[in-house]
Amino acid sequence: MKANKEWIVKSIALAVWIGILISSGIAFAQHRQYKETVVLGEAVTQVKTLGDYFEPIKGTTNDCNIYILDSGVPGGTLLIMGAVHAEEPATNLAAQLIVENAGMATGRVIVAIHQNRSASTVTRPGDAYPQFFTIDTDWGEKKFRMGDRWANPLDSWPDPETYVHYPSGQMLAYMDTRNMNRTWPGRANGSLAEKTSYAFMRLIEQENVSLTIDLHEAELEYPIIGTIVAHQGALNVAAMASMMLTAQEFPIGMEISPLALHGLSHREIGDYSNSPCILLESPEPFLDRVRGVTDEALLLTGQDEFVMKAGEQGLLYWPIDENGWSIDIRVARHVRTIEKLTELWTRFHADSAMVFAGLPSYDEMVEQGVGHFFADPDSVPADRLAFE
Amino acid sequence: MIIMILYYIMAAFFGVVLFWNFVKSKDVQKAILYLVILMPFVLRVFRLK
Repeated sequence: MKANKEWIVKSIALAVWIGILISSGIAFAQHRQYKETVVLGEAVTQVKTLGDYFEPIKGTTNDCNIYILDSGVPGGTLLIMGAVHAEEPATNLAAQLIVENAGMATGRVIVAIHQNRSASTVTRPGDAYPQFFTIDTDWGEKKFRMGDRWANPLDSWPDPETYVHYPSGQMLAYMDTRNMNRTWPGRANGSLAEKTSYAFMRLIEQENVSLTIDLHEAELEYPIIGTIVAHQGALNVAAMASMMLTAQEFPIGMEISPLALHGLSHREIGDYSNSPCILLESPEPFLDRVRGVTDEALLLTGQDEFVMKAGEQGLLYWPIDENGWSIDIRVARHVRTIEKLTELWTRFHADSAMVFAGLPSYDEMVEQGVGHFFADPDSVPADRLAFE
Repeated sequence: MIIMILYYIMAAFFGVVLFWNFVKSKDVQKAILYLVILMPFVLRVFRLK
């Protein structure tokens, strides 16, 4: 009798377990396989993939799309990298907004919307991130994957006990072997993130990139926030952009890339190629450890009473009030800063000029929302669509 | 890649051991605990999480 009862309870537990396994497994698989739709703007002349520059990446999760916007007018080449950390959604939204809206008057722009695509197929275990978020557009809701800071362990496993950066030998946290902003300049036979960095370095070489811009977001508890971090090769451009934007449009700081901090884009890309690199940080309260409910609303509005409270206690490096930091403002800051940096780059480097045409203004993006600038996939022929 | 495959084999091995412990356990609480522990191993082996 006791044995029967034991088996009844175990059978019920097993049935519940199978139900949870199936439902969670379907949710994880749907997130990993979901494809975001990109409408190719008129300036997009070619879509390559990262594997075109480094064969071993071909066909892997990180064989991301590389969008080329070519004016046809000789000039410089700008590389924009979004979603290095896929839990920083203003970065891939800004990159996609540029692909869909930018025109080019001079030079070329190359855009990677999901630089570390593997990281966009997983969310942070234990942090209750939403798997998706949606942006309201003029034609309906547009759905995006939420991601993580590190590449998906399904693509890169196991981590080492300690991650030793190549080639500096600097020791870093074990999981940073999957963090693409700790693996520059990469290694041909390294981890997935190292190989992806290596592939981007080959892209920079082969496309003769003049300037690289790496987009990020940061928690308000982190001192490097609301700022431009620049390699010494682009200090004049970054400093001028910081001064002009702060004086005329919105506050943004400027930091010099530390010489001894290895693996980061703003240090290694400039050191190992002819392209100086500039990193942009916008404020994302969603990432703060003291935040409240971690949901899509927080991700999109950036409003959180707990983060505000931390600010009142002087624990933050960036201001926040009841208005928060909306996704519209964060994307607008990135897009406008990129445009300002290219204006100034062109002023300092006339031989490698790069001039945008047709980008929305900061005020337009904030007032109308970023969704207004995403085109309806049903309004264009299939050959003008790409999938992320 | 070889190390990754070895880790998948290890995960599958521990998964089988945990399920066998679930079947053999006379203590219901322990049996349920085995199932809870088994979940991440199965999700990893099936490449879901």
